[in-house]
Amino acid sequence: MTEAAAPAREARPAARKLRVATTSLAGCFGCHMSLLDIDERLFALLDKVEFDRSPITDTKDVGECDVGLIEGGLCNAENVHVLREFRARCKVLIAVGACAINGGLPAQRNHLSLPRLLQEVYHSDPGARYGLIPNDPELPLPLNKVHPLHEVVKIDHFIPGCPPSADALWKVLTDLLAGREERLGHGLIHFD
Amino acid sequence: MTYALETAERPETLRRVAIDPVSRVEGHGKVTILLDDASKVHQVRLHVVEFRGFERFIQGRPYWEVPVMVQRLCGICPVSHHLAASKAMDAIVGATRLTPTAEKVRRLMHYGQILQSHALHFFHLCSPDLLFGFASEAGRRNIVGVAQAHPETARRGVLLRRFGQEVIRVTAGKRIHGTGSVPGGVNKAVTPAEREELLKDIYAIVGWCRDAVRMVKELHGQDPALYNSFGVFRSNMMSLVGADGGLDFYDGRLRARDDTGKILFDGVDYRDYRRFIREEVKPWSYMKFPFLAELGAEKGWYKVGPLARVQNCDHIRTPLAEAERREFVDYAGGSPIHAPLAYHWTRMIEMLHAAETIKDLLHDDDILGDDLLASGERGREGIGVVEAPRGTLIHHYRVDDDDLVTLCNLIVSTTHNNQAMNEAIRHVAKRYLSGREITEGLLNHIEVAIRAFDPCLSCATHALGQMALEVSLVDAEGREVDRLARHGDGGVLRGGGA
Repeated sequence: MTEAAAPAREARPAARKLRVATTSLAGCFGCHMSLLDIDERLFALLDKVEFDRSPITDTKDVGECDVGLIEGGLCNAENVHVLREFRARCKVLIAVGACAINGGLPAQRNHLSLPRLLQEVYHSDPGARYGLIPNDPELPLPLNKVHPLHEVVKIDHFIPGCPPSADALWKVLTDLLAGREERLGHGLIHFD
Repeated sequence: MTYALETAERPETLRRVAIDPVSRVEGHGKVTILLDDASKVHQVRLHVVEFRGFERFIQGRPYWEVPVMVQRLCGICPVSHHLAASKAMDAIVGATRLTPTAEKVRRLMHYGQILQSHALHFFHLCSPDLLFGFASEAGRRNIVGVAQAHPETARRGVLLRRFGQEVIRVTAGKRIHGTGSVPGGVNKAVTPAEREELLKDIYAIVGWCRDAVRMVKELHGQDPALYNSFGVFRSNMMSLVGADGGLDFYDGRLRARDDTGKILFDGVDYRDYRRFIREEVKPWSYMKFPFLAELGAEKGWYKVGPLARVQNCDHIRTPLAEAERREFVDYAGGSPIHAPLAYHWTRMIEMLHAAETIKDLLHDDDILGDDLLASGERGREGIGVVEAPRGTLIHHYRVDDDDLVTLCNLIVSTTHNNQAMNEAIRHVAKRYLSGREITEGLLNHIEVAIRAFDPCLSCATHALGQMALEVSLVDAEGREVDRLARHGDGGVLRGGGA
């Protein structure tokens, strides 16, 4: 296998590792997959970063963090709750990908009223047994519309793309680690 | 319909423990457990907590857009949705038979995806449980911990996944949410340079997949009592099987077996899926519960995915994976294995088969061809089925004269496994949790059972919820952005008039 060149080590003292939390709200996990698409650069990243709450760890609650990466928009009450927790505990909060930035594909339901959607989802499904709709208190309430993150909390950075490329995510993370202002530049900004 | 531990008699008298969110799985799920004063378990449920409504909002979209749109159901296995929708839309453009180049490029894309998804699941998500122990320190139970303790294992996992993603990039244009497959075929073949690039690595990849099967067999061998009994329950199994009875992820006919291995149905044209599969809704999960129509809801639920596929097929076409399949079948001594942890073993056999198939396809000059598209008599209804990494995936559409979608029904892999996952965690809860002080390590046992199925919970969100609740969405300045009230009768009101 060919190995990618190891990234140049930043000339910084062996400082405390940057603590990073990640979550997927109303997203498809594609942005998290794109983060893993940094491939073996992941091991270089782990020299400088430690993960807090994230789908790849078993930490269930977000702690005090330097950076929060959020994929997905807001489609239910629980998404809003998790977003507020991230905002309260992360110094820098980054909206990752189309859904976090503008609602993305899940927001396609926004032109439909929720009661009508409820009716039609059940009645367009030819195989289902009708007559029962999930109603347990354990299920969070869907919001009437899917919302982007910045409508609810302050977002510090936005990384566009569906999903953003691994190179774009790598650039932002390495800029943050080096204390530079994050800048994507030509070739890394795209929206598809 | 009732199952043991599904519904407690007097839930209000019981103590609730929740695993929220279930981690190291794809999507949004939680587990609730209800216990009495003596910590005896009375109720265990896996809830899928999110709703999307894809089936509805896809209506009114042009059919040719659908294979690209529906990938956004899932970022781990977007190719599955891309291809199931493409197969359905082949019928709309009348492509009853694809060109050899189109079929083989699609297969290459799909087997690349099986490879990357299985590698991700085993190495990045599950290996920490298997290498460190189910109740090991929570802070170490992740790929970072594996990279520290077993650096070569972690490195191979990352590079196996990378190779699968590169196969997808070459065939689909992008690693995630590509555009290569279109109704009637593909929009791009493989170039000679791309083939050379992939051929450089494929032999190492096949070797590493063999090592991965060996690793999972060793894990079984170290503690057979645990691996054979953890969360075990018996059920029916279903998958596509190729025309020759072989394991096939891209196309075939539906076959189902009962828990003893006896064939329930075989050779079923998947366009008839509605005659064989029904779905049920339960009030406590957005994920539906499918069952085999002839057996009814109570007896008809089934497993899909690697454990079902490897035992459902008659053979595997590639020699290394076939040898492993035989060893697996022999291990069981002729009767089906139902142990959830055996999913890992069969998943690695499938990963090996995917690597061997990619190697064969890379040596087939048809992937370099320039005859990409087929068409024929315009159709109005299309049903496409593939075996996604997690199991059988069904896409069903109707399209009107203006080329707009009028009906969409999806039954995704994880939904088929809904009852099976709930059964597995109830067995684990009864065996490991009941009557004991609940610790984090014990709760992880529940998640280990869920992870074995490799659920993709965001794929599985179909329906809407209904409960008397009121929510307001307030922006950073405290202004109300949206407000919603839903009453117990299902009526939903928006805005201040709740």
